[in-house]
Amino acid sequence: MSAVVVAMFAMLAAGAYLALSRDLLRCVVGLSLLGMGVNLLLLASGRLGATAPPLVEAGALQLPAQAANPLPQALVLTAIVIGFALTCFALVLVLAVRLRVGLRDSDALRLSEPGEGPDGKPLPLDAPP
Amino acid sequence: MSAPGTATALLAIAPVLVPLATALVAALCARRPGLARAVSLAGALAHVGVALAVLAAVARHGSVRVVPGAWPAAVGIEFVVDPLGAVMIATTALVGLACLVFMASDADPPPASGLLHALVHGLLAGASGAFATADLFNLYVWFEVMLLAALGLLALGGSRRQLDATFKYFVLNVLGTLLLLAAIAALYGLTGHLNFAALREAGAGVGGDVLAPALVLAGVALLVKSGGFPVFAWLPASYHTLPAPVLALFAAVLTKAGAFALLRLYGDVFVPPAALLEALGWVAVATMVAGVLGAAYHWDMRRILAVHIVSQIGYMLLAIALQGPDATVGAVFFLVHNMVVKANLFLIAAIAFRLAGSYDLRRIGGLWRAHPVLALLFLLQALSLVGLPPLSGFWAKFIVLRETLAQGHVAWAVAGFAVSLLTLYSMAKIWLAAFWKPHPVKGWTTPGPTRLGPAWAVAWGLAGLSLAMGLFPQVLVDALAPTAASLAGGR
Repeated sequence: MSAVVVAMFAMLAAGAYLALSRDLLRCVVGLSLLGMGVNLLLLASGRLGATAPPLVEAGALQLPAQAANPLPQALVLTAIVIGFALTCFALVLVLAVRLRVGLRDSDALRLSEPGEGPDGKPLPLDAPP
Repeated sequence: MSAPGTATALLAIAPVLVPLATALVAALCARRPGLARAVSLAGALAHVGVALAVLAAVARHGSVRVVPGAWPAAVGIEFVVDPLGAVMIATTALVGLACLVFMASDADPPPASGLLHALVHGLLAGASGAFATADLFNLYVWFEVMLLAALGLLALGGSRRQLDATFKYFVLNVLGTLLLLAAIAALYGLTGHLNFAALREAGAGVGGDVLAPALVLAGVALLVKSGGFPVFAWLPASYHTLPAPVLALFAAVLTKAGAFALLRLYGDVFVPPAALLEALGWVAVATMVAGVLGAAYHWDMRRILAVHIVSQIGYMLLAIALQGPDATVGAVFFLVHNMVVKANLFLIAAIAFRLAGSYDLRRIGGLWRAHPVLALLFLLQALSLVGLPPLSGFWAKFIVLRETLAQGHVAWAVAGFAVSLLTLYSMAKIWLAAFWKPHPVKGWTTPGPTRLGPAWAVAWGLAGLSLAMGLFPQVLVDALAPTAASLAGGR
């Protein structure tokens, strides 16, 4: 149990550190790691420790008492798949930003907000950046 | 109330299945844009039909429910559509159809991509699922479906500005869903359940104080999703880069799904401690004020209206924080009103953009002379947003603020009135600049041939809907009141 807690906090800490990075790719990897940390939390929420396969004996109506909880495993599998899809999308997005915008620094990503004109009012959005 | 039969029970999941199937077929026709559009429109019509059938069934039976696979309710993934959810689903379907019809006009059309329609229906499926599900983890899945579809729609245009916006939207919304997932894990760990009905019972046994940290986590996650203070930064950073019909759909559906989920969790499934609700009330006030002040800075119609979404979300959060039957009715009334009016304002702005040539208020004008009908239509919807009687926004704000005063929160009510006045300022700014003042270009005339027929039809249709809500508010209130009174928040 404590090993899972340590692993979870290590994942969350590494993820938060990377997600705060200004490098777009590191940021995506960080979010992905954060997701894995949360997945561990989800897995642990169903109580760890019991490891017997969750199979109902023939004739019985309930799982044996020492059976593992199968539900968090189903949940975490769903979360992993969704997280994987999001990470794939984000990696392609970072690549597209790098190729088309030529940026890898998130601080320089200011295209959608054109900034202030000399009169203190926002610049018009019409002209393509 | 008679027990619904199997066919009626299936209606609970039909508003999810129809757009999912449409998305699949539309994706298969991605290479043939004409066919994809036809499939998409047919699917949207079917979605509206199914949503209205659900509304009718719910009016007869009180609510429809189904557990796919015939599992016992607490084990399987249950879908329950009660009157609150049915009204939200019907509004979502109607606005979805409106936005798809609007795409046939040439007012700020989305890029001609084969995947556009599949993504739009993916978004509608995600939203309908979030309104229909009665399972906490399933709720997370529908939010992810919405997020993926929204990301696709944002990135579809592929311009540098849109890619920039997509990245910001991605980072902040993924943080939101991770928080939601963590909250779900915590709630499951504390109660051992995911089904709403089972959670209601188990949550009452565990007690609100024990659940409070997990509820705070869920609240913050849904504040991200609904665009609440101080975690709304993704919204003003991304919305204005979308083409108008998609923007209207985003404005109508995404933030509202977040607010509705918060209403479900705080007002129905769990009973949060009073201090948490008090905090949510102040967050709501901060959301209102931040949104309306942020909007005042902008000169682009899309940006003014987009930042105003945040401000309006504040009223819905306030209604959620108040709890009780009247506040719940007010929250859903506000949601429905705002989905229709906000979407329509974006669509009317797109017509103005097509006619006057820009979204920037400093570069347009003269539309009152050229198109007085458009000016009146905008005024009708803008004043509804402000909350003038007898328009739909008046009743929405009236119900919420009356309940605020009845519960003795004078400061919150004063903030609500003040924000209404500031909303009037922003709307007057758009109206005076886009419609009243002469066009800055000398000798400007409206462009010759335009294809605005579908756009006009949609704008009038939505305006009619909002006007009907304003003239006959009791119909909606009566439909919602019995359910609102039976929720946990009504205790």
